[in-house]
Amino acid sequence: MHPAPSVIIFTTISGLGFGYFMWLGLGIPDLYGWEAFAAFFVAYAFSVGGLLASTFHLANPKNAIYSFSQWQTSWLSREGVLSVIALIVFAIYAIGRIFFDTAMPLLGYLGAALAILTVFSTSMIYTQLKTVPRWNMPINPVLFLLYAISGGALLSMQPIVAAVLLIVLTALQIAGWMMGDKRLAESGSTKGTATGLNTIGQVRLFESAHTTRNYILDEMVHIVGRKHSQKLRMIAVAAIGVIPVLLLLLLPQSLIVTLIALASHVIGVFASRWLFFAEAEHVVGLYYNRG
Amino acid sequence: MTKLPTHTEKKLGLVIDLDTCVGCHGCVTSCKGWNTQNYGAPLSDIDAYGADPHGTFLNRVFNYEVQPADGGASQTIHFPKSCLHCEDAPCVTVCPTGASYKRVADGIVLVNEDRCMGCGLCAWACPYGARELDEAAGIMKKCTLCVDRIYNENLPEEDREPACVRTCPAGARHFGDLGDPDSDVSKLVAERGGMDLMPEQGTKPVNQYLPPRPKDTLDKMPPAALETIAEEAKGFLGWLDKALEKL
Amino acid sequence: MTKPENIQIETSPPVSDEVRKTTCYMCACRCGINVHMKDGQVAYIEGNRDHPVNQGVLCGKGSSGIMQQYAPSRLRAPLKRVGPRGSGEFEEISWEEALDIAVSWLEPIRQSDPKKLAFFTGRDQSQSFTSFWAQNFGTPNYAAHGGFCSVNMAAGGIYTMGGAFWEFGQPDWERTKLFVLFGVAEDHDSNPIKMGIGKMKGHGGKVMGINPIRSGYNAVADDWVGITPGTDGLLILSIIHELFRAGKVDLDYLRRYTNAGFLVNEAEGPEKGLFVRDEDGKPLVVDQKTGKAAAFDKPGVIANLAASQDGNRTVFQLMAEKYMSDEYAPEAVAERCGLTATRIRNIAAEFARVAFEEEISLDVEWTDWKGEKHDKMIGRPISFHSMRGISAHSNGFQTARALHVLQILLGSVEVPGGFRFKPPYPKPPEAHPKPHAGVTPGKPLDGPHLGYVMGPEGLLINDDGSAKRIDKAYTWENPFSAHGLMHMVISNAHAGDPYKIDTLFLYMANMAWNSSMNTAETMRMLTDKDENGDYVIPHIIYSDAYSSETVAYADLVLPDTTYLERHDCISLLDRPICEAEAAADSIRWPVVEPDRDVRNFQTVLVQLANKMNLPGFTGDDGAAKWEDYADYIQNHERRPGVGPLAGWRGKDGTKSGRGEANPNQIQAYIDNGGFWIGHIPEEGQFYKPWNKAYQDWAVEIGLYDSPLFYAFNLYVEPLRKMQLAAEGHGDIQPPDNLRERIKRTMDPLPIWYEPFENTNVDIEEFDVHALTQRPMQMYHSWGTQNAWLRQITGKNYMYLPKAIWEKHGFKEGDYARITSVHGSIVVPVALHDGLNDHTIWTWNAIGKRKGAWALDEKAPEATEGFLLNHLIHELQPPKGDGMRWSNSDPVTGQAAWFDLRVKIEKADPKPDESQPVFPPIKSPVGKGPKIVARKI
Repeated sequence: MHPAPSVIIFTTISGLGFGYFMWLGLGIPDLYGWEAFAAFFVAYAFSVGGLLASTFHLANPKNAIYSFSQWQTSWLSREGVLSVIALIVFAIYAIGRIFFDTAMPLLGYLGAALAILTVFSTSMIYTQLKTVPRWNMPINPVLFLLYAISGGALLSMQPIVAAVLLIVLTALQIAGWMMGDKRLAESGSTKGTATGLNTIGQVRLFESAHTTRNYILDEMVHIVGRKHSQKLRMIAVAAIGVIPVLLLLLLPQSLIVTLIALASHVIGVFASRWLFFAEAEHVVGLYYNRG
Repeated sequence: MTKLPTHTEKKLGLVIDLDTCVGCHGCVTSCKGWNTQNYGAPLSDIDAYGADPHGTFLNRVFNYEVQPADGGASQTIHFPKSCLHCEDAPCVTVCPTGASYKRVADGIVLVNEDRCMGCGLCAWACPYGARELDEAAGIMKKCTLCVDRIYNENLPEEDREPACVRTCPAGARHFGDLGDPDSDVSKLVAERGGMDLMPEQGTKPVNQYLPPRPKDTLDKMPPAALETIAEEAKGFLGWLDKALEKL
Repeated sequence: MTKPENIQIETSPPVSDEVRKTTCYMCACRCGINVHMKDGQVAYIEGNRDHPVNQGVLCGKGSSGIMQQYAPSRLRAPLKRVGPRGSGEFEEISWEEALDIAVSWLEPIRQSDPKKLAFFTGRDQSQSFTSFWAQNFGTPNYAAHGGFCSVNMAAGGIYTMGGAFWEFGQPDWERTKLFVLFGVAEDHDSNPIKMGIGKMKGHGGKVMGINPIRSGYNAVADDWVGITPGTDGLLILSIIHELFRAGKVDLDYLRRYTNAGFLVNEAEGPEKGLFVRDEDGKPLVVDQKTGKAAAFDKPGVIANLAASQDGNRTVFQLMAEKYMSDEYAPEAVAERCGLTATRIRNIAAEFARVAFEEEISLDVEWTDWKGEKHDKMIGRPISFHSMRGISAHSNGFQTARALHVLQILLGSVEVPGGFRFKPPYPKPPEAHPKPHAGVTPGKPLDGPHLGYVMGPEGLLINDDGSAKRIDKAYTWENPFSAHGLMHMVISNAHAGDPYKIDTLFLYMANMAWNSSMNTAETMRMLTDKDENGDYVIPHIIYSDAYSSETVAYADLVLPDTTYLERHDCISLLDRPICEAEAAADSIRWPVVEPDRDVRNFQTVLVQLANKMNLPGFTGDDGAAKWEDYADYIQNHERRPGVGPLAGWRGKDGTKSGRGEANPNQIQAYIDNGGFWIGHIPEEGQFYKPWNKAYQDWAVEIGLYDSPLFYAFNLYVEPLRKMQLAAEGHGDIQPPDNLRERIKRTMDPLPIWYEPFENTNVDIEEFDVHALTQRPMQMYHSWGTQNAWLRQITGKNYMYLPKAIWEKHGFKEGDYARITSVHGSIVVPVALHDGLNDHTIWTWNAIGKRKGAWALDEKAPEATEGFLLNHLIHELQPPKGDGMRWSNSDPVTGQAAWFDLRVKIEKADPKPDESQPVFPPIKSPVGKGPKIVARKI
């Protein structure tokens, strides 16, 4: 799949934002007044910023308003609806904390649940697609949630919790990649099933339909070199987990250390999200790829 | 409304004969012509005369080679591909705006362009690459099965079929109700062993592909060998004399 | 939210304001089209269901016609060159000025030496008109592009049986059970073949493709025979060997309808090999019943094929002797053909099985040429088709002959299930005109330019042996060059051999690019200057509708209209659209008016003729007969009562075929959907050359003036006459250096010899054959500037078979250097498994010159796309005698494109662009728009 910056930024930033919201909704840390304002500002900036970034992916944003309508069937619609409800709930919750020194724990728990559901919905936009076998596996929602929660833990300055979560995340991410590498083959889709010509023999593309590029190729047929992706995976593992965990566990706790760990983590998430898209083989590539 | 109907009254679709498609691209350009003038936004061509031309097509013809498992000569197969109007169309259910829908009356999968926000998720959900986002219009385009032809009272009745079917010179494209087992297309599918593309995707495509008939059988099932009547001209003359007598 | 069942869409939108029916011209197939108009503009084009050619269907080209109509490459006004030739620098001028310039060049040479005009047309479909113009101008130097297209097939067919494929005839699609294609991936006969294949496969019929490349029709072929290029003739003769060996030939057909029973003079001397004739000059046969010699066409006479008289045997016995020889045994030829002997045997057995065991019989009574009544029509359901794959070799004429002879031996020509002629064919060689080149200043030529030579006396050579025509057609180098040699015109004109010319006038032929061999050298010749600094070819006039590469090389450009803006007639005088069951012709008419200052080229010819008062165009009163092409179409009479169009003749439009001119004829065509059709009576549908009902019908509608019965020529006597001359007989003698070649190649019975290139180059070094094909969606069309079609094929690869791919370790994205004895190109490669092991190929004419066709200079056509033409020379390499013979068939002069041999190596490092690269030409029409999304 085409690793479009809009969707990479969207999933990375909004995931962080909603992950942070989750912790804030649980009252961790328990902030009020200006401190609460700053925290919620960051959470809103990330989540709303991410959602806004996603609209850059839209070719016809004037109809975006209709995207709240299909929550019964569409995970993208659900994500939209849930995110808005979550943001509204957190608005009330935040107002209480910032202006009235009041924590409304039930509302906070509700918000946290909504934040988690939002991230889950985001993950399901991808996970639901049978056409992209690498996405279409249960570990992906788990990873999305872990990314959100661990990033949120960093933002909420919980080094130990964050470190533990990051270790789990990193391990699962490596597992995810390894599982993902086998998914296309496991899906059963081949050039033979794509064309129905498997009953005759081995199928290869002779001439593509057009010698020019097209939307399908641009959007869904992206090929990354294996070496390139291995390198990026190592960088991602280091940045997401290894570096932050070492910083958090080995250095004395401080805001600076946490922020550096956070920065490293975010860079790692970007790398892993780039890989998430770029490595994802869409079965339509079976019609287009040579070899 | 992106809930799929539980039942459609008809299953209109195409049957494409891979044994006779000669790969002329007639279906490709007649489709482009009709659908540029009709349903929804025109199918644009970007950098049309430039270094990087790319446009929207609802139907494209690929060309595959198949190396038979039994070691025979490689076969070349022209392969037209457009929307298969799946019964379990994943492109419909993922649509957040309700732009994509499957018609109850005939099963055609359409995009309501007044609703489409151009997110592209439906194209991601389609295993067949049947949906293309038009760069100029920002709208998702797809085969409409010429819904504005097949019922069009301004066309003579014989022309009420998709443009690609009407134009196909080799007669490799057929249109009809695949939900009716007695329809011509259903019979053709039964007779020729019509197949689903990527059945493992669970989309239950309505469009069917007829596989190529067995090829290169001459040496495998040769005709009876010719019997020698003479090895050289002299003997031939004797045979000829007799043969002419008999005529 | 609206439920799907409640969403309202318009399912009956208005389709168009009006439908105008005309004839497609996206290729040479001439399908009927419905042009849907909205607001006076072309909105949509589809096939015309009533039309005999395409019956409603339309291919990828035809369906893209709208993008041709609105292509930015359309020329806009007459152009006068202001920069150097080849630069593309022009100024727009008025038509008045353009015509005056043209006349200022043409009229002086017409009055002094008309042959100084060379007028050659490319994909012209108005040859009966353009040749009429040239004839009245008085120049012998006229031809269309058949010489580099398929003259071998046409001439081979006419000499053998009075017709060939495509516009000459077609398989009996309804009944044929085995359709055999030799070397055709796509063809002029575009939609009819597609429809036919679909139809016959629907009936359970099978297709066999004999072609080094498995693409196009060979992809749908049930059996593919991946033959080595240039060896088709050898395969066919081996099949004939097998048929003789098994006695699987249609004896009754052969003795009745062919010259198989003609007695051949076997006595040494000037008559050797000619037919034994009676006092009236009629060839003799020995009657089966009486045992006596009699004229072949005498009623009651049936030839005894086994007879001999006075030591003279029949053609059939000579054939048996020749083809039963071991030299044609499958084992002897298999390796050269790239096939196994078993496969050749199986092919022959299959042909015999279908022809004789699947015999069909129609209960239709008919009367033959000798008055004998038959109550049945016996059919042999095997049919063939072939075109350039066989033609474009230096052994193409004899190979085409072999193929036609094979069909005849099987008894499958003009019978149910076999190959059927389309009126005005069948037409034997003697019924065609003889070529003429008699020049008188200020007067018309002494007859038609092109035709069929029946012996040395028909050649167009001067007493000193020099050529009368600039292209050296009808000389000893290529005596039967029935379509001229367009590919030699520029090279000969540049060399001043046989003489210098003043004006080169080209129409619709991209000679400065893909239509020439040796493209770079052609461009040099067009721009070359003499010692005085003048161009060696002093004046070049070019007419084209589009900004092609050749436009840049003209001094004067006469912009043509598009096909939707013009009048045309697809005439029975020319290359009509008939079907096997009917005569038919059609028109084009301006369904939309040009929005530019352009004119129909044929109208421009009328206007030029009128300015020069050309005879033929000028009445006895000195006034112009016609003001434009439409006027000519409607009012010209070639013979009394016979004009360009056969339908709605007579003052009131009630006559067909013959009748006086009808002032409302074109309107009558428009009202009928653009075409006319006249059906052959049922009893005249088959056996046309010998069928009384057919011949009477043909005379009635004016195809000819009296019945034209004839026998098929298994043995072509005119070829033997050329051989006799080469053996030293007669007054007209070939030059000594050509004698051996004529003796060898002009055999009166089909032979096979190695394509010349195979013997001219070291085949160990140049170990691969290189071919081109046109993609189906661009065949014979002008697709590059078409925004839709160029996306389908906007660049080309050299396709390599697996053996070569692996041997050189090629990977996707690689480039290769392809080298012939003449030149070298560096081009992208791709793998094609369905390919003969010793053959590489590419799509032809995809590569474009930078700046042409209103494309961006970085268009893939101009950066990655390439031509194979650079590797092919119009001359063969120098011989021991110092002569460089034309790279053409020695009989017809057909350009031998497909003889090419090359060697291949990996290009490392790969270049930025395909090589060679030529400097850009300035586009006289600018560049096209960025975005096209045209909805009316």
